[in-house]
Formats: sequence, structure tokens, C-alpha cells
Amino acid sequence: MEEFLRIMEKNARLPLEEIAAMLDQTPEETAALMDEAEEKGYIHGYETLVDWDQAGVNRVEAMIELHVSPRKSCGFDDIAQNIAAFNEVDNVYLMSGSYDLMVTIKGHNFQEIALFVAQRLSPLDDVISTATSFVLKTYKRAGRTYFGEEIDDREWNE
Amino acid sequence: MMDYDRILSKKATEMRPSGIRKFFNLAAEMPHCISLGVGEPDFRTPWTIRDTAIAALEQGKTRYTANAGLRELREEVCRYLKRRFALTYQNENVLVTVGGSEAIDLAIRALVEPGEEVIIPEPCFVCYEPITTLTGGVPVHIATKEEDEFRLTPEELKCAITPKTKLLILPYPNNPTGGIMRREDLEAIAEVLRETDIMVLSDEIYSELVYGEERHVSIASLPGMAERTVVINGFSKTYAMTGWRLGYAAGPKAVISAMTKIHQSCIMSAPTTSQYAAITALKSCDEAVEAMRTEYSRRKRLVVKRLNEMGLHTFDPKGAFYVFPCIKSTGLSSEEFCERLLHEKEVAIVPGGAFGESGEGYVRISYAYSVSHLHTALNRIEEFLTENGI
Ligand SMILES: Cc1ncc(COP(=O)(O)O)c(C=O)c1O
Repeated sequence: MEEFLRIMEKNARLPLEEIAAMLDQTPEETAALMDEAEEKGYIHGYETLVDWDQAGVNRVEAMIELHVSPRKSCGFDDIAQNIAAFNEVDNVYLMSGSYDLMVTIKGHNFQEIALFVAQRLSPLDDVISTATSFVLKTYKRAGRTYFGEEIDDREWNE
Repeated sequence: MMDYDRILSKKATEMRPSGIRKFFNLAAEMPHCISLGVGEPDFRTPWTIRDTAIAALEQGKTRYTANAGLRELREEVCRYLKRRFALTYQNENVLVTVGGSEAIDLAIRALVEPGEEVIIPEPCFVCYEPITTLTGGVPVHIATKEEDEFRLTPEELKCAITPKTKLLILPYPNNPTGGIMRREDLEAIAEVLRETDIMVLSDEIYSELVYGEERHVSIASLPGMAERTVVINGFSKTYAMTGWRLGYAAGPKAVISAMTKIHQSCIMSAPTTSQYAAITALKSCDEAVEAMRTEYSRRKRLVVKRLNEMGLHTFDPKGAFYVFPCIKSTGLSSEEFCERLLHEKEVAIVPGGAFGESGEGYVRISYAYSVSHLHTALNRIEEFLTENGI
């Protein structure tokens, strides 16, 4: 399973037969692994890495640091789940260090995000403070660089 | 006007250009061409190795080293060869060179007298023959066969041996076939050689790239063989360090001393920065090597399976990073196959004939490329076969 996940993490779009070949398995065996991984939640989904800038579409992304106040009846997990329930929110992480939760969200423009923070996030009872930083440019995401493919300049030296 | 045809030495003008270069030059003119041609890793050198080199430069370690190489590096080479291949060498048995290439050159020059024969199993890497010829030696080819998994057999070796035989080149794991020699195969070869004075040049540059449960075995680790073997190894393939130009030879003290004399005259010492970096490579990069090996192994399975499914019979290689599919079923020569594939689908691979006559009927495909690159190139090869009804 581990080898399967390693291959899937980088090559999820490859035909099943090719993933099976890399695993030295039959496609049926690999399909079964795939089902199992999805069922057991080892694979949560498949994301497409869109370069919106490149596509000429206006998209803004922000990272928001949150201080929250967990209470007996409502711990970090509950607060995080409430926040995760917003459609606008992409990622929610519990952090070590100087703040508690990191939330990332995407919107069409700065205003949309600012409004979301002001009207939806900040008013939540458990949120003490927020600090919003906007992403100006993406250089690398999920292991892929966004500044063009590296050129293969290897020569045939033999 | 100078007439350079008369000025250049006969030996130099008679050297044939490498058959691999020819395709590279063709491919270089095609902007959309994708290549499966190169014989070097696509990985970058592991960072700790690069970091050591940077530190060495910062500390001003910029002078020549001892001719034979840094003492500490030679010690590490001995430890490494012991740990990985059960080979027992001392410092004086090791010479650090400019790539495995220089070590091959030195070994042949130090051993071969004009007129003496050098046995070269083919298909193989392209440098042994020209160096032998430049030295005045006489290349004697043995064609290895796919049905023998491209191994050298003791019967064929016996047939090739004459009173003039001086040296056997043992190029395993093999470029371009990916064939390896297992312990029992080597034992049979050793049995033939033990009664002779024939030396062995064992080119083990791909020794860390052996797949599955197999491990590389060095012929020098067999009883009675260390005294007649020069082991060639290096950093290019194992640690993705092709540009650092560093390799080494390990062998009997007398041979290494003779090689060191030649090295002293034509090179002085291998690159100092690379030598410092190589110490780190040998000491602390086993995990990085293993990670690269795992990735090559995945790619190999992908490529072998797809080529076989397309109808190109492909031997499952156990080593190096090449596959060597048989293209005889297409009715084309390996040159024709590669030229047409290049022109029709803009995929560059190397005709098997570039690695010796017995490579004819095969092509070499390198899998030192990312999975997605391999995927695209294999699709194009499949289209090529389909469109041509082969
Ligand atoms: C079989 C074999 N030996 C030796 C070499 C030389 O490698 P280097 O001089 O980079 O160590 C190569 C490189 O392609 C090779 O394929």
C-alpha cells in the first residue's frame, strides 16, 4: 500500500495499467488497492493544480492566522471543524507556535476575502483575533514549480 | 594552407565517431523532439554532497591533491568496497580518477602491449574499443545474446582466448543491455581465467543500480580473482554526479602504481572539490542512493511492460538504467528504426548498433527520465508502431 500511495501522490492521472506495471501488479490488483485507499481514507481526493495567473483568471488566495479560545465543551477540533465547514475555506491546520489555526481561502478578489474574514470568521465566538496575508505570487505548489518546466540540458556524451 | 588530413595522427583520424553522437546532433535540431537517449541520471546530486563541495570551496581547499587522490577519500573508497561488495583493499590499491572513463583508459594503457588482444563482450559502452586501438591493442569481440540475458558465457570466453590475450573487459551491470552477471556466472568466468595470466577490467560503474532482490557481485571478490582484476567504479551514476568527473580504480598494487604514473603525467590529480564532496557521498548517502534506485526500478517496470505490450520484445534488465528492446519484428534495421521514429514522432533513442555489431536489431532506451516524460514518449512510440502497421 505504501508504494502504491507514493506512486499515486505524484502520478494519479496515469492509466491504471501503468501504475500497476510500476507496482509489478495486475491492473485488477491495483484497482483493488485504489478502492481500499479511497474507502479507508488514505486518499481523500484528487486535486488539479491550476495556475490561475497563467490562465489569465483573477484569483486571490489568502492565509489567515487565527487565535482561538478553546473551551471545555468546544476544543480546537470543534472550532476547526466549524471553520472547515465554510465552502470558501480550502485548508485548515492546527499549528504549533504563535497562533492556533492556519486557514487558507481563495476568492475572486481581495474584497471578497476581506469581507469573508470580517463577516464570517471574526464574529465566531471562539475566534479571538485574525491576521490575514494575501498570496502575491505562487512559485511552487504541491511539489510542482510554477515558473515553467526545468529544461533538460543533458547532452548525449557517450 | 595547412593540410590537416596529413597533419593529424593516423590513430586520431581513424577513430570512428560515436554512433550515439550522430543521433544527438540530429535530435538537437528538432525543437519538439523528446529524448530517451541520455546515459546520465535525471536526478540532481544529493544536497549534502553539494553542500560539502561548497564548504570545501569556502574553506579554500582549492589546490591539487596527492596524485592518487585524497587519503581520506581513498580510505572511504576501501571502506565502501568492503561494506558493499566484500572487497578488501588498502589505500595503495586505490587511484582516484577523472570519472570511470579515465580509470578505464589508464588500466588499458598500463596493461596492454601493442599487438596484445583485449576481449570485449558486446553490446557494450563505447569507449573500450577506441582506447584499446589507440593503445595498439587488438579488440576481440564476443557477441553476447539475449537468450543468455546478455551475459558472458565461459564457453565463448574460452573460444576467444588466444596466447595473445591480455585483458578481458567485464562490463556489468551492462550499458546498453541492462544485463548483469550473478555470482555463479562470475564463478564460471573466474574458473576459465584462474589458469591464465589474463587480467580483468571489471567496469562496475552501475553496481548500485541492480534491481529486485539481486545485489551486484564483483568478480574481484571471488577466490583468486582480486590479484587479476582492476575494479572500475565511480560517482557519476550512483550519486548522480556525472558533471563532477570523479571515479576510481581499485586493484593490485603494481597495476595501480603503473596507472598512477600515467595519471600523474596526464592529469596530475582528479578535481579537488569533487573529491571532498565524494567523501560525503560514500559516508552518508546510502538513503539517497536507495531512493533513486527505487524510482528507477518503478520506471523500469513501466517501460518494460509497455514496450512488450506494444509488441517490441523487451528483455527485463536487472541493472543500469536502460532497456534494450528487440526491433527485429519490425523488419527495420536499428538505424532505420531510430531515424524514422525521430522524423515521424520526434522521439530520440539510440540504435543498438552503436554499441557493437551484435547490438544490431535492438535499440537502447534510457529510463533516466520522469514518469510523465516516459509516458509521453512511450505513447509516441506506440503511435509510430501502429501507424506503420508494425
Ligand atoms: C559502462 C560505463 N562505464 C563507464 C562510464 C563512464 O562514466 P564516468 O566517466 O562518468 O565515471 C559510463 C558512462 O556512461 C558507462 O556507461
